[in-house]
Amino acid sequence: MTKAPKSPRAQKSTARSGVREDPASAYDMTDAKEQIEHRTLACIVDNEPGVLARVVGLFSARGYNIESLTVAEIDRNAHQSRITIVTSGTNHILEQIEQQLLRLVPVARVIDVTQSGGIERELALVKVAGQGERRVEALRISEIFRARVIDTTNESFIFEVTGASMKIDQFVELMRPLGLVEVSRTGVLSIQRGKEKGG
Amino acid sequence: MSQMDGHTGRDGTQAEMLTGAEIVLRALTDQGVDTIFGYPGGAVLPIYDAIHAQDRVRHILVRHEQGAGHMAEGYARSTGKCGVALATSGPGATNMVTPIADALMDSIPMVVITGQVPTHLIGSDAFQEADTVGITRACTKHNYLVRDVNDLARIIHEAFYIATSGRPGPVVIDIPKNVQFARGPYVGPGAIEHRTYRPRTVPVDHRIEEAVALMAKAERPIIYSGGGVINSGPKASEALRELARVTGFPVTSTLMGLGAFPASSPQWLGMLGMHGSFEANNAMHDCDVMICVGARFDDRVTGRLDAFSPGSKKIHIDIDPSSINKNVRADVPIVADCGEALSALVAAWGARGRQKGPDLSAWREQIEQWRARKCFAYPGSEAIIKPQYAIERLYALTRDRDVYITTEVGQHQMWAAQFFHFDQPNRWMTSGGLGTMGYGLPAAVGVQAAHPSALVIDIAGDASVQMTMQEISTAIQHDLPIKIFILNNEWMGMVRQWQQLLHGERYSHSYSDSLPDFVKLAEAYGAHGIRCDSPAGLDDAILEMINTPRPVIFDCRVEKAENCFPMIPSGAAHNEMILGAITGNEIGEAGKVLV
Repeated sequence: MTKAPKSPRAQKSTARSGVREDPASAYDMTDAKEQIEHRTLACIVDNEPGVLARVVGLFSARGYNIESLTVAEIDRNAHQSRITIVTSGTNHILEQIEQQLLRLVPVARVIDVTQSGGIERELALVKVAGQGERRVEALRISEIFRARVIDTTNESFIFEVTGASMKIDQFVELMRPLGLVEVSRTGVLSIQRGKEKGG
Repeated sequence: MSQMDGHTGRDGTQAEMLTGAEIVLRALTDQGVDTIFGYPGGAVLPIYDAIHAQDRVRHILVRHEQGAGHMAEGYARSTGKCGVALATSGPGATNMVTPIADALMDSIPMVVITGQVPTHLIGSDAFQEADTVGITRACTKHNYLVRDVNDLARIIHEAFYIATSGRPGPVVIDIPKNVQFARGPYVGPGAIEHRTYRPRTVPVDHRIEEAVALMAKAERPIIYSGGGVINSGPKASEALRELARVTGFPVTSTLMGLGAFPASSPQWLGMLGMHGSFEANNAMHDCDVMICVGARFDDRVTGRLDAFSPGSKKIHIDIDPSSINKNVRADVPIVADCGEALSALVAAWGARGRQKGPDLSAWREQIEQWRARKCFAYPGSEAIIKPQYAIERLYALTRDRDVYITTEVGQHQMWAAQFFHFDQPNRWMTSGGLGTMGYGLPAAVGVQAAHPSALVIDIAGDASVQMTMQEISTAIQHDLPIKIFILNNEWMGMVRQWQQLLHGERYSHSYSDSLPDFVKLAEAYGAHGIRCDSPAGLDDAILEMINTPRPVIFDCRVEKAENCFPMIPSGAAHNEMILGAITGNEIGEAGKVLV
């Protein structure tokens, strides 16, 4: 589970053309010892043709990582989509990613979900095949994880499980010795806590 | 096909119904475009029909679409207006990719209109089909595929807004042929407010105060200005001059920023960076407060990043927030238009009243000592033309002229930057970021189209100039008397120099074999050809070039093995410059040469 934010004001988003207000005086930005962090960013974009290609192209062109990516329209009238991207890099690279995303004309805003303590969820479909004791054990574990059985045959289950990515990782690992066949995951979705609209 | 009847416009009046092609021309006219550079083809024939039917927008027919793009860049850079180029689908659009990428790197406002196969054929591998928006996505500021004629007018106006506002850049509008034929409503430019794109131009007050507080305590300050000051317009250059005047701070600039600050000022240090001046680079290295305005800490400027100006506090003014903290951490980040920020700094500096800052005389004395090394000095010759001498003479003999300089890329470009001096912005057009050989000749055509009576000179190399040589034909056709001044050393000089210094003198494929006879080539095109190979005859030959009212190709035969110095080798720091043969082993402790 994700941690609760320290305060509602801790929400961190960078408005278009805003620079982070933490100009530390460190000049050795190429220092390889800087820690690699994982970060979840949500981009609110104009839902126009090619917008996903712009975002993805930016990541590949500048050599940034994409660990997962989800996108769907979230407001038909406002014509907006939300793209949630899980990425990794040093703090400096992560800042650059945010600023580079904001340069794209159809990107309205970028929300740092990780630093603002937003909620992240993922859904996975997990196919497990087996018989006898292994089958019973798989079902028992699925109850602990509150996974739902959405398809079953005499020799298999498909489980639907939702939660933070780490929970899904754990579920998949537990299923591995019990006859794991394949996994399909949505990638991470995100939303801000509290009553305010995110970003 | 869209509605053929009346259509209600934004203000409630009946919008005029025009064909897509007519909308293009009307929108260009309403955007104040007087000249476009283009090449016809199947997918833009309706637009060419519309061009034929009017006389407000002049069309300059080029010989290759790359030429059209660079002409639009030259036009834009020399006027401050948006350049416009037009090309057909497929190869027309792909030929345009290099100038588009060039304009993106150098932040040149440009709108490129390309034809596309009809919408129902898109994706069918139709004749001359290419995924233009896909191909140009990574090298434009923004691009559009117009699928509906009802969106066309709005998109064109929006494209001009995006190209010219914030950090300028190229915008591509891809228009399928059926959309050019279809009728739709024309809406005028109006006030554009983009849903998501809203660049910030005005600086935050407290950042200006922080900057002035740093500047007021500076003992070794420097102003490092870039192409952004020129992009911001003449007022920004004036504000830069004013800031330098009131503070007394020395000024250096990037390749792209030359001309924003007058080279004739005693505060001018010359260009910085890889082939910049000894005094500029050492001052950058040793300064305690750096005011970077409209520049982006490019690797050609910074050299080795971890040794870049280690002891300074850095104020970074840029309209593009992603430029700040990208390569070098800023202590005071100021996201704003350069002109606005510089004016705010001038005002805040003035508001300090009579407070006296630290005495800068020791810093000035140090700078004069560096300057006294005369880093650009070169051994003269009576027998052979030194390339530096050729530029010096070109500068001296054009001083009383209304002169614009373009360049190609390589040694000649660096010598031009070192030995030709500018006192005004928008007089120097060069490909800085992308380093496009073949930029200068077409850019000169674009500059001349905007300034018909000016003296426009492309300082070229023998290798670069052959990349877009055919555009001399464009210059002839449109009566644009550009001067192509080729420093001909029969080498790709900069490649040769790197091979000499860094690759054990193995001159792999850098010799310009089978060069054309440039004089005969000029004559074949209908231009005037001049050749000069002696220092004694150089002045007369240059005057002949200047006084010829037609396009001229000047084949200036120069010293073949000359290297461009001073030089910071890749991966070295600012205080590790090689000063070149003339100082030999004098480099001393600063000369850890990384070759």
